[in-house]
Amino acid sequence: MSSEVMSNEYCTDRAQCRTRQFFVLLGLGGLVVLAGLFAFFTLEHHGHVLTGMNNQIVWGLPHVFAVFLIVAASGALNVASIGSVFGKPMYKARAPLSGMLALAMLTGGLAILVLDLGRPDRLIVAMTHYNFRSIFAWNMIFYNGFFAIVGLYLLTLMDRKLHGWSKPVGFVAFLWRISLTTATGSIFGFIVARAGYNSALMAPMFIIMSFAYGLAIFMVVQSSMYRWNGLRLDDVIRRRMKNLLAVFVAASLYFTVVFHLTNLYFAKQWDYERFILLDGGIYTWVFWVGQVILGGIIPIILLFIPRSRDSQAFCFCFLAPSLVILGGLAQMYVTIVGGQAYPLNMFPGHQVSSSFFDGVVAGYTPSVWEWMLGLGGIGIAFVATVLAVRVFKFMPQDDFAELQMRRSTD
Amino acid sequence: MSEPIKQQNQADAGPNPSGERRAFLKAGAAVTGALVAPGVLLYGVAHSRAPEEGASANKRWGLLIDTSKCGDGCNDCVTACNTENGLNGKTGPQDNQWIRKLNVKDLRTGFVQNLPMMCQHCEHPPCVDVCPTGASMKRADGIVLVDRHTCIGCRYCMMACPYKARSFVHEPLTEQNPEVPRGKGCVESCTFCVQRVDRDQQPACVEACNAKGHQAMIFGDLKDPESALSKALKTVDSVEVRADLGLNTGVRYQGI
Repeated sequence: MSSEVMSNEYCTDRAQCRTRQFFVLLGLGGLVVLAGLFAFFTLEHHGHVLTGMNNQIVWGLPHVFAVFLIVAASGALNVASIGSVFGKPMYKARAPLSGMLALAMLTGGLAILVLDLGRPDRLIVAMTHYNFRSIFAWNMIFYNGFFAIVGLYLLTLMDRKLHGWSKPVGFVAFLWRISLTTATGSIFGFIVARAGYNSALMAPMFIIMSFAYGLAIFMVVQSSMYRWNGLRLDDVIRRRMKNLLAVFVAASLYFTVVFHLTNLYFAKQWDYERFILLDGGIYTWVFWVGQVILGGIIPIILLFIPRSRDSQAFCFCFLAPSLVILGGLAQMYVTIVGGQAYPLNMFPGHQVSSSFFDGVVAGYTPSVWEWMLGLGGIGIAFVATVLAVRVFKFMPQDDFAELQMRRSTD
Repeated sequence: MSEPIKQQNQADAGPNPSGERRAFLKAGAAVTGALVAPGVLLYGVAHSRAPEEGASANKRWGLLIDTSKCGDGCNDCVTACNTENGLNGKTGPQDNQWIRKLNVKDLRTGFVQNLPMMCQHCEHPPCVDVCPTGASMKRADGIVLVDRHTCIGCRYCMMACPYKARSFVHEPLTEQNPEVPRGKGCVESCTFCVQRVDRDQQPACVEACNAKGHQAMIFGDLKDPESALSKALKTVDSVEVRADLGLNTGVRYQGI
């Protein structure tokens, strides 16, 4: 067993390097990134007139992808935190992969966010002018700090001489990522104007959702890496991770229920809840089918139905997490676009109309440029991951004796 | 004629240091003048109010709108705003509208009102709070503006505004009013026609409303007890839109 692992890790056998497949993957990812860049330059030249975004839906599909990636990035780091901060050796072995994934996804998410700005050429202004009353400005600080801290954390994990520092630096990284997701959720939580936001629940809800999305992406990447290298993830690890994912998905559903229940208790929020839960068209569909059923209930069922060892690997480590990722994108679409589509209620109890689309549900159809830009961000995260996994030693190094012991006590 | 000949003779006779210096100074002054004058001129145009004066915190500009006088179907304030600020007047989902007419119908009684809606120039503006770069800002005299040099076009202010007062410039612009610079990729909204206010004029919408004879808008200094606005506010019942948010808007409405 160990010689097989060794040969895969260090790629001593040229046939096992699968160089051709590696370059195909890299090329495909590169094409997606190029498409994203082409969309950026086109939008930069012609303006956002080419997008489906307008003065009603000001944040569209690119923000759905961007915020999802940013939230999932901090969630992916959670695997490392369970190892370093809470001392679980099984997760500690996965800490480098977790940190690398977090950095790759944050890079992709931020790239979309920056390239979708009306004036992306003024990024330097955003880096030099801070309004500290703005949670958005705080987010920029948290994003930059995340790169520095997680970069340092990776160094302590991968350099034997710095290994002693991994626990304190990991602890700082954990605190930082909690702050980051709090700030990201608060981008919406601090919006007093709109019925769909304006809730302190946004921050903790984003944190718990980040746990689910980040772990789901981690599990998909991990199972792909094992499959690529012809290795098999140990049953103990698989079982523990799928149970953890189920807990996170259930907790995300719980927060969603509490959020909507609270709104249903306030008469002034009834119309908004009716919009999301009953007659909001695409948003109602995406909420129930995408976020709740495909992204919540079905994954939980999949994770708990007893099945044979062979189908476990696919169901627990690939299918269920993939559905959670899909549900996460659906949740972001409902939160970000649905929250804006519902009209502002300036005159409660009144019907309002105007030439500026007051009082009506705003229309939004994302253009092909927005898809390209959004998927381009995912492409960046993908290319970064493929490269990093190829160049550095990110394959989890499990202690099989330890796992054997766990197996006997489970 | 004798003077040039004399100079020519002197020049022929040898170098004349004082004459050369004079010519050099003249040429230098002319070149400097030619270079600086347009700049000074442009600077003057751009700053009709003396720049050192700044906006005064002793003033707070405000507006009272009497909805009972606002004409049904009248769009003069909107047209005047578009003309003054160089907007094209189109009303598609991506077109910019700094002021718009709202038709407000009470669902219980069926009573219908018209009123103009624009930036409410809040004392505590959510757009200023959320702007990451500080481009959204409130002048000392209460006018809420966007600094076109530091706006990065993130549109967070548009998410935060409870009045949907802001527009994003979706495409390149032509035929702009030089006094109201605008630009693709930036967010913008009603400025109370700050360029006019700084010249002691009324905003274009107010002027147009008065010219039409509706007299539905009174603009003035909320901090000056003698201003027509302050006197009117003392005598009529006026409200803020979304007073529940506690933003203390500069624009108030009478009759809603």
